[in-house]
Amino acid sequence: MPMMPYVSPEQAMKDKADFARKGISRGRSVVALTTASGVLFVAENPSATLHKVSEIYDCIAFAAVGKYNEFEQLRVAGIRLADVKGYQYSRQDVTGRALANAYANAMGATFTDSPKPLEVELVVAEVAAEHVELYHILFDGSITDEDSFVAIGGRAEAINEALGQTYQPDMDRAAALRTTVAALEQVEERTMDADRLEVAGLDRSLGRRKFFRLDERGVAELLDAE
Amino acid sequence: MTDRLARTDPFDYSGSSFSDLIRRISPLDWPGEPAGHLPHVEGTTIVAAVYEGGVVIAGDRRATAGNLISKRDMRKIFQTDRVSAVGISGSAGPAIELAKVFATELEHYEKVEGSELSLEGKANKLASMVRGNLPMAMQGLVIVPLFAGYDRRSEVGRIFDFDVAGGRYEERRFSATGSGGLHARASLKARWERGMGADEAVDLTISALWDAADEDSATGGPDTVRGLYPIVAQIDADGYAEREEDEVAERARQVADARGDRLSAGSAIADRNPRPDAPA
Repeated sequence: MPMMPYVSPEQAMKDKADFARKGISRGRSVVALTTASGVLFVAENPSATLHKVSEIYDCIAFAAVGKYNEFEQLRVAGIRLADVKGYQYSRQDVTGRALANAYANAMGATFTDSPKPLEVELVVAEVAAEHVELYHILFDGSITDEDSFVAIGGRAEAINEALGQTYQPDMDRAAALRTTVAALEQVEERTMDADRLEVAGLDRSLGRRKFFRLDERGVAELLDAE
Repeated sequence: MTDRLARTDPFDYSGSSFSDLIRRISPLDWPGEPAGHLPHVEGTTIVAAVYEGGVVIAGDRRATAGNLISKRDMRKIFQTDRVSAVGISGSAGPAIELAKVFATELEHYEKVEGSELSLEGKANKLASMVRGNLPMAMQGLVIVPLFAGYDRRSEVGRIFDFDVAGGRYEERRFSATGSGGLHARASLKARWERGMGADEAVDLTISALWDAADEDSATGGPDTVRGLYPIVAQIDADGYAEREEDEVAERARQVADARGDRLSAGSAIADRNPRPDAPA
């Protein structure tokens, strides 16, 4: 009988975590931040069609970095969970917390059970009447909630640090975008033109569906507005 | 992750359909077949008319069970996405449920696919859902929606009506459905004009509903005592917008006044017969 080489659980978990971190750090970052009217997502994303930010439900949005096919599956699974729950019970019973927990469970289980962990990091955001909930979920299923801003992906740590210096609560959409772009430019050491940016978010002044997405012109207008 | 997220085949064409999903994962939530012919709430007139750049859809508010009025303030026009709406006729319970599933279906598709269905695609999806209701229809729970929307590609308002078996028919000018549909259609036919504006189309639909209510006991006319008026919605490039109740009340009053003037002008007969009980 052939002998399997022994690998300790500690070593196996460490290897998986290193593998996932490495995969995620290759991708560009996404920033989510609380603004006066809701939440804003800013991502450096040269593709105009393959999105990193998506609508999940009336007041819930999703942003991801890492392997596209993996977070795309998570995104669709989230939409399914939300739509089924809202249909079976009531639209108001669909919460960002429940969705974030589902993601954390699925990602944690995959990290433990599967030989290859997900190379994905997520933010789930929900806007309520007064506040915003931001959930940050890592490849191993660990979950934290943030109240002001969070960057995920390649240069997350540096961007978080840069934003920490400049972030103000209750910025309007334009100010929040400019602040975030300045932080991204500082960290990446290159300019971020409107055509390289994916900007979307949740705005509580909108109707039932609070998700919005800005096109290139909309982004350029906000960047130029002073 | 495979089993935990209930992953489906990436080439599964039903992957972005909400109604297929709910039927697969939770069949009990899908309306079942009734055991027999049950008493249920019905009665409706829904009208729609195309105008230059959009479409108006309107419905009365009465629901009946047999010869009784069971509701006077029912909503029969449901917005289904930014640029479309359905008016429901037939059994109220299943019909409202159909409108709800259909609206979820359109939103689900849009979120999963990242783009909206074409108006044609929406109408076809609704047709297949009506067809799916055929076993219930055979037992008396008939649903016949009227679908109206703005087609972003051709930039016109479009109307689709359906038969019980899921047949889908596009109407180029106007359509009506429900118990008072026959009378409403005659009214629309007499007054519809090419190149009408939105306000004229609104007046036209209110007028058609008035005619239907005048002839059909299952269709409710304007209820001035309770302040209940038809729901009238306009759909164009700016999306779905319902007319304010005060405005509909005013327009309904003008229609009623105009009819009143015309009908009471039958005084020629009164002149011939001075006493109402006198034989002619």
